[in-house]
Amino acid sequence: MKKSIFAVATLCMVGATAATAGQMAADSTPAQDLETYRTFFMKRFPGVPLQEYANGVNAVSPANRENWEAIEEFPPYEPMIEEGKALWETPFKNGKTYAACFAEGPGQRKNYPYWDADRKMVVTMEMAVNECREANGEKPMKYNKGAITRLTAYMAYQSRGQKANVQVPMSDAGAVAAYNDGKSFFFARRGQLNFSCAHCHVESAGQRVRTNVLSPALGHTTGWPVYRSKWGDLGTLHRRFNGCNKQVRAKPFKSQGKEYRNLEYFLTHMSNGIEYNGPSARQ
Amino acid sequence: MNTSMKRRVFLKGSLAASAMGAAVGAGLLTPQAVLAAWPKAAFEAKKVEDTLSSLMGSAVTDASTDISIKAPDIAENGAVVPVTVSTSIAGVESIAILAEKNPAPLAASFDLGKGAQGFVSTRIKMGKTGDVIGVVKAGGKLYAARKGVKVTIGGCGG
Amino acid sequence: MANSIKLRASAKGSEVTVKCLMTHAMETGTRKDKAGKPIPAHYITEVTAEHGGNKVLTAYWGGGVSKNPYLSFKFEGGKAGDEVKISWVDNQGGSDSASTQIK
Repeated sequence: MKKSIFAVATLCMVGATAATAGQMAADSTPAQDLETYRTFFMKRFPGVPLQEYANGVNAVSPANRENWEAIEEFPPYEPMIEEGKALWETPFKNGKTYAACFAEGPGQRKNYPYWDADRKMVVTMEMAVNECREANGEKPMKYNKGAITRLTAYMAYQSRGQKANVQVPMSDAGAVAAYNDGKSFFFARRGQLNFSCAHCHVESAGQRVRTNVLSPALGHTTGWPVYRSKWGDLGTLHRRFNGCNKQVRAKPFKSQGKEYRNLEYFLTHMSNGIEYNGPSARQ
Repeated sequence: MNTSMKRRVFLKGSLAASAMGAAVGAGLLTPQAVLAAWPKAAFEAKKVEDTLSSLMGSAVTDASTDISIKAPDIAENGAVVPVTVSTSIAGVESIAILAEKNPAPLAASFDLGKGAQGFVSTRIKMGKTGDVIGVVKAGGKLYAARKGVKVTIGGCGG
Repeated sequence: MANSIKLRASAKGSEVTVKCLMTHAMETGTRKDKAGKPIPAHYITEVTAEHGGNKVLTAYWGGGVSKNPYLSFKFEGGKAGDEVKISWVDNQGGSDSASTQIK
């Protein structure tokens, strides 16, 4: 196995506990991690430009790319963007619309996830959508499928071209802790198969697990929500986290719970500089 | 992507000698007359020969290099395999797309009206690795080409 | 089922390329749900394309066409501004249609 240049990854690969990894990881800053992470993938996949990582497995696997390009001719998520637009424009029972909460409009991707210093938590776009709904007397949407995916597909589409720009304010211990929590999660082994996210998406990125090529973790969060042929439908990032955890036979965490929000915070920071390109289509 | 089989293909159960086959060959029957409505029997047939006999009145096809089948060498997901069949053969009346190894091979059939060109594209389901067969009916004759598609079963990402 | 067809048509000279995406379950009828009950067959059986009063294409489909199906075809004799209409019917009596102007 190639020697990993990512120090934390090496620690985790030799079986360090999540707690140990978390403590060790605190030594490197988010800025340092970003540099290490990018350098690792650039070395692993020479010639693949940074922006291409937004296309996930399609950036590194010609066979996948061939399928993907044919589907992008008329992607299955297109009608769902329109459904999302209708949802965005439909007033709540109180007469207000989402514009009341999101003054800039639907192109919100660049603003999320972010560390809310007052509430001491990571806030994601989906969570902000539901907070807007509840603030206006509406019931929250479920976080994996259905209406939330249509609305965020429209928001993602309007956000295309914006670059991921997650800030981790080093002066805020809570933000740093949330970032490190997400990082620890990413490198921690879990489930009966005892894999960490990093095993598949860093160490083995570009290689196969059975017949599926593993996507690189760089750029992982740019294309959501995603229409997966397997789902025959759009799904959220946290729905995929759910699925990935189940695939290593680990109990999944709650969508939009602390674990997945912190993971999203870490992963999106690692994709800083890459353009958002949701919604997107995958296998 | 282009396949070539430089021999005339005789498929089992051919009805070339039958009255229906002869009538089609003589151009006496239009696709609309042969297929009153949705070709139920063709969609239920389990073998390629039976599918074509039912759908086109014959299972005898000429291998043709003038039919191009665009489909991925490896299908990322067998539920969604993009397939395009295009042909430069003149006077195309209909095109059929079959997935040979599917329980019922017929995926789609297209009757071309006035002005329609020999080009159809869609996405089909393939249960396992096998050939996609494009059959073109033109001038009362049948032409065919094949393209092998590997269908992978999902692993951890699947 | 309304609004189930997204349609684009463009002309290069007099050759028109039409692309459409339909929202439809395309259930084969052979799948079972989580409880083990068979999911009834529900798929588009016929798609018709019309231009200038002419039936340009009739597609016959079965459950072997993918969910949320895509269709593209070409025809001669159209020009920008002409209308193209796509209609479908399914095995459960459902139907829809949509039109677009050729660009």
